[in-house]
Amino acid sequence: MTHASATDLAPPRRPDALLGIALAAVVGVYVRAWAFTPIEARQGAAQKILYIHASAAFIALYLAFVLLAIASALYLWLKDEKLDRVAESAAEVGLVFTTVVLITGPLWGKTIWGAWWTWDARLTSTLFLWFIILSYSMLRGAVEDRARRARYSAVLGILAALLVPFIHLSVYMFRTLHPMPILLKPSTPSMSPEMRTTFLLAFLAFTLLFAAFLRARYRVATLRDLVADLEQEAA
Amino acid sequence: MREGTAPSTMQAALLVAKKDLAIEFRTRTAFLSALVFALLGVTIFYFAWDSTAVAASDLAPGVLWVIFIFAALLGLQRSFGSELADRAIDGLLGAPVSRESIYLGKALANLVFVCGVLAVTLPAVVLFYNLPLDRGVLALSGIALLAAIGLVAVGTLFSAMAVNTRMAELLLPMLSLPFFVPIVMAAAQSSARLMAGRPIAEAWPWLRILVAFDIVFVVACTLAFPFTLDE
Repeated sequence: MTHASATDLAPPRRPDALLGIALAAVVGVYVRAWAFTPIEARQGAAQKILYIHASAAFIALYLAFVLLAIASALYLWLKDEKLDRVAESAAEVGLVFTTVVLITGPLWGKTIWGAWWTWDARLTSTLFLWFIILSYSMLRGAVEDRARRARYSAVLGILAALLVPFIHLSVYMFRTLHPMPILLKPSTPSMSPEMRTTFLLAFLAFTLLFAAFLRARYRVATLRDLVADLEQEAA
Repeated sequence: MREGTAPSTMQAALLVAKKDLAIEFRTRTAFLSALVFALLGVTIFYFAWDSTAVAASDLAPGVLWVIFIFAALLGLQRSFGSELADRAIDGLLGAPVSRESIYLGKALANLVFVCGVLAVTLPAVVLFYNLPLDRGVLALSGIALLAAIGLVAVGTLFSAMAVNTRMAELLLPMLSLPFFVPIVMAAAQSSARLMAGRPIAEAWPWLRILVAFDIVFVVACTLAFPFTLDE
């Protein structure tokens, strides 16, 4: 299959507009969170980490991981390579966001809880999610045949989605200390309106960043596969 | 059961399991190494804690299940590793049996394998850690069986995948261990309550997790297995 022309293969000369907008939005949100959002009365400045921590957590759990699971399931059904690339990109960008969650969490925890790490249900779940995505990435790196790699990783992606509720349930039964979600609870959120606005803006900015990373990563995967196709033809 | 036709899924699964167990019975390499590994682990763990500060019976459940999953990995590795030589897997795939029955047969053989390891490790833990297990033996065996089913369901599938990768034996633990987390937690928590002489009702919430895990992953892995084979 030679769908690839030379222009397709050339790296895009134009700067990635979506990535630019996303980065600008993230900077804007930082400025707002820093200078134009009140400091929380009890937690002080440490509370400001919520804007990145909770946003990244939402995106990693509810966007990246769900996308990985759905793309994996659809791949086994439709056998479309594009879906495999979506799963691959979602996993890798999701790994970055989960890493951000795991780094920002302890920074806040040291100030508020007095400990970098506790074996609380949410922390433990996130840590295991991180391990799962990490082993997913290692599996991808360990299989050379492209079709086989796609099938194996799709199987792991689906099983991981089935595993997460079990991990969550069992670590929850173990014990929990983490503050309950304060944004999505049905009663009035326990946050001032300015903080809520800042958080929603941060969430949007980081979602945009996620989309931009995802698209960039997807392009890398597409180009890599095209190069592999061309090399195979040349050989 | 039909006569004179291709075997049903369960019959074929039993044949595959019998084949794997016959190989294991004649060589005994994996079973013996898993067994020695488990017994060594149980004894080494005892010296990793200050026995005057922590009662041995408090350590026992954790030791048992951690050692158990590592010993089981040794057996799981061999499950599809043994099919690599002379591409034996091709013969299996060419046989008039369904993919699902190959998986179920492999899983069944692995279940026998890990239950065999447990049958020695469990009494060893009871002996070395001075557990007063007069009433809980039956319940503990039940927990062990539930834990073994879930472990084998996931491990057999990952064994089929791991042998075809560049990292082979290194990848299997990395893929499997996150999946063993709920198993270890539920098995350790429920057996800790039993070993402490608490009523079985206290272990019930954890047992429900084990049962649910077994059902979900036996079904999911059986369905997923055909995707791990090269056509």
